[in-house]
Amino acid sequence: MAKKIEPRVPMPEQSPKERIRNFNEVPYGYTPEMAKKEASRCLQCKKPKCVSGCPVEINIPSFIGLVKEGDFGGAIKKIKETNLLPAICGRVCPQETQCEEVCVLAKNGQPVAIGRLERFCADWERSLGEEKISLPKCAPPTGKKVAVVGAGPAGLTVASDLAKLGHKVTIFEALHKPGGVLVYGIPEFRLPKEIVFAEVRILQKLGVELITNYIVGKTETVDELLERYDAVFIGTGAGAPAFMRIPGENLGGIYSANEYLTRSNLMKAYLFPETDTPIHRGKVVAVIGGGNVAMDSARTALRLGAERVLLIYRRTREEMPARAEEVHHAEEEGVEFHFLTNPVRYHGDEKGNVKEMECLKMRLGEPDSSGRPRPVPIENSNFRLSVDTVIVAIGNLANPIVPKSTPNLTVNKNGNIVADEDGRTSREGVFAGGDIVTGAATVISAMGAGRRAARAIHSYIMEKSSR
Amino acid sequence: MKAFQVVKKEHLSEQVWRMKIFAPHIAKKHKAGQFVILRVEEKGERIPLTVADSDSKAGVITLIFQVVGATTHKLSCLKEGDCLRDLVGPLGTPTHIEKYGSVVAVGGGIGIAPLYPIVKALKAAGNRLIGILGARTKSLLILEEEMRALMDETLISTDDGSYGERGVVTDVLKRLKERGEKIDLVIAIGPAIMMKFVCALTAEYKLPTLVSLNPIMVDGTGMCGACRVEIGGETKFACVDGPEFDGHKVNWDLLMKRLRFYNEQEKVSYELAKKCTCGGD
Ligand SMILES: Cc1cc2nc3c(=O)[nH]c(=O)nc-3n(C[C@H](O)[C@H](O)[C@H](O)COP(=O)(O)OP(=O)(O)OC[C@H]3O[C@@H](n4cnc5c(N)ncnc54)[C@H](O)[C@@H]3O)c2cc1C
Ligand SMILES: Cc1cc2nc3c(=O)[nH]c(=O)nc-3n(C[C@H](O)[C@H](O)[C@H](O)COP(=O)(O)OP(=O)(O)OC[C@H]3O[C@@H](n4cnc5c(N)ncnc54)[C@H](O)[C@@H]3O)c2cc1C
Ligand code: SF4
Ligand code: SF4
Ligand code: FES
Repeated sequence: MAKKIEPRVPMPEQSPKERIRNFNEVPYGYTPEMAKKEASRCLQCKKPKCVSGCPVEINIPSFIGLVKEGDFGGAIKKIKETNLLPAICGRVCPQETQCEEVCVLAKNGQPVAIGRLERFCADWERSLGEEKISLPKCAPPTGKKVAVVGAGPAGLTVASDLAKLGHKVTIFEALHKPGGVLVYGIPEFRLPKEIVFAEVRILQKLGVELITNYIVGKTETVDELLERYDAVFIGTGAGAPAFMRIPGENLGGIYSANEYLTRSNLMKAYLFPETDTPIHRGKVVAVIGGGNVAMDSARTALRLGAERVLLIYRRTREEMPARAEEVHHAEEEGVEFHFLTNPVRYHGDEKGNVKEMECLKMRLGEPDSSGRPRPVPIENSNFRLSVDTVIVAIGNLANPIVPKSTPNLTVNKNGNIVADEDGRTSREGVFAGGDIVTGAATVISAMGAGRRAARAIHSYIMEKSSR
Repeated sequence: MKAFQVVKKEHLSEQVWRMKIFAPHIAKKHKAGQFVILRVEEKGERIPLTVADSDSKAGVITLIFQVVGATTHKLSCLKEGDCLRDLVGPLGTPTHIEKYGSVVAVGGGIGIAPLYPIVKALKAAGNRLIGILGARTKSLLILEEEMRALMDETLISTDDGSYGERGVVTDVLKRLKERGEKIDLVIAIGPAIMMKFVCALTAEYKLPTLVSLNPIMVDGTGMCGACRVEIGGETKFACVDGPEFDGHKVNWDLLMKRLRFYNEQEKVSYELAKKCTCGGD
């Protein structure tokens, strides 16, 4: 490589001081000039490594080439050949461990900003106005009907792919809004909800029917759906919060991240009292955990007016599973990191609200099953922190409503539905994918699972009818 | 008819309303002990209400609610023909219904509403039923007629003595026991404090006691953990594991404290909601 490599074009964003007082999106996104400049950094590799890093194999060099030429319309078309939700993936994909990690320029620490470019193209298209967005072509109606359970990224992908193949798709969603974690979990400042709703409207234009307020397993069972539909896809996510089961964990002011984020995002509690759902605006907030969910909770707490937000993680910075960019943003915004620390009990005041958190110091021991060093408690290292709010963000488990109400649907010991690569479960005609199968993972992997399942569902229902 | 449309609205007592809502898929599935979660309008909160009755033929469910804050106030402002924004259910684990023998059903205040469908199912299963209905004062007593129609015997108490006996439901239960009544099961639904005292008494008598808990909820599907309650020292999610539990195992103080957590904010939104003068009728 003779040519000197230019540094990545930075993406302008709200300053930390300003943004911790609002819920608006942090980055502003590239301008067309910035996008073209960044696109020109791509080497247009003959054997592009980046593509193999993308779970849905976007033709990255090709779309970036079009951006460089200023053909943004062509670029977004190219992206959409394989990725249904580019505005979302461009924002929330952990690019640093996927496409950008394997980009040849990553060796210099400056891979092409693939995610930012993807996001730019999608935003550019949206800025034209929703009427102008060209709808993909749908095959003539097949007369087949498929029920999709859950309107998260997995379910939305299945629905879109099957609609394009000419099938009649109905999505059943438990909550009053579609989007899954994209809407109830990931905060507005990382992913504006309007983007998700716009994508859902496009799906509806393709003829997909969306029924919210419908809990499969309660309102209607999978078996009942099978009487009305040719196949059922289950994309119910990993939506059951884990708690540590330590004394005092049910005191007032102690939330699961799911509850805290749902109140803030889905119910818009940050606008209270303009909206009706309350949320506790704590002064000193402790967040337990080291993943994306913990970062989102910590940054939400700051925006809700916390004076101090303490992030409590039992290992060290190196083992934190959160995206680098999110950790960086959290740090810039003033989140205080307490590593090698683990809560062991909570102490409450006379009203039953949390007042203090008792912690133990930890050290790193031998690697555990995840390959990361096991945190080992240091005896008698107990100390207390004064807090008035705690957000437990130590992980999510599979929600049991569908498995419990569906006889002979095999689940593993964690309660996840057992499915093969193409989403086939132990029940004929029942497919599953996304977090309900893999456990909490990523948006793009849920979409990938949805895509494979859609193919399998298509061949299943077409074969069945020719039998 | 439109989804979630109010097809009938009645005033039951000062602050209590009965609404019939068009929701065929819920009406079809509902079993005693289950509830729904609703939102009145786009900026509104999700609140749980018990399905007090259902008619699967007409596709209608009945809700009975007491106006205590912003959401219940807004709900009471809806007129026949208006629609709820959202309605989902039926949620929660249905009551385990069998022939227990002689069942005493204790209902306090608005708790008589969730008690009604359970009593109805117990009656159909062939149980002998004694009802103890309590209210602060006569005008707040609801569903007396409906309950009497199901019960083998109905006893009433009011705090101020304006109707039935003066006193609280536990006094009546004590007397039932003293007169030698054979009791196989007690079901108590009402304010947490009432259920707590009923359970303290029935623990002395060693009478199995079922209660229905009403913690604060958000999604109602086991996703958030807002509805955590402690049963025999173990944490349970009332929306999926309950709402009914063995009353002798419930940590009542925890429930009551958690119910008060948002009191200040609730006052603020209630005051704002009342400014909307659509009127209750
Ligand atoms: C706070 C947070 C931040 C995250 N940040 C990132 C990130 O930055 N990047 C990233 O790639 N990933 C991130 N993730 C993970 C990612 O969001 C998930 O992996 C992804 O959303 C999984 O998609 P899914 O479709 O399988 O399930 P979900 O998104 O969970 O959607 C499931 C849907 O099914 C519905 N449902 C559940 N049960 C029923 C039922 N019985 N009947 C009907 N509907 C039902 C649910 O209400 C929900 O809408 C984050 C997760 C969280 C919680
Ligand atoms: C399973 C279940 C069944 C119920 N059935 C009935 C019923 O049939 N009839 C009836 O009148 N009431 C019932 N309730 C109680 C009802 O949900 C509350 O009265 C209602 O939520 C109050 O909302 P609000 O906005 O009007 O008042 P607010 O001012 O918000 O609250 C008043 C009090 O109600 C409780 N509450 C507030 N928000 C919630 C919430 N989201 N979930 C639960 N409780 C809350 C709190 O203790 C609060 O202090 C039930 C509750 C549960 C959990
Ligand atoms: S979808 Fe995700 S992994 Fe694929 S190119 Fe876009 S940002 Fe990278
Ligand atoms: S690996 Fe990097 S430089 Fe090569 S084509 Fe992909 S994005 Fe461009
Ligand atoms: S209300 Fe959310 S888990 Fe029960």
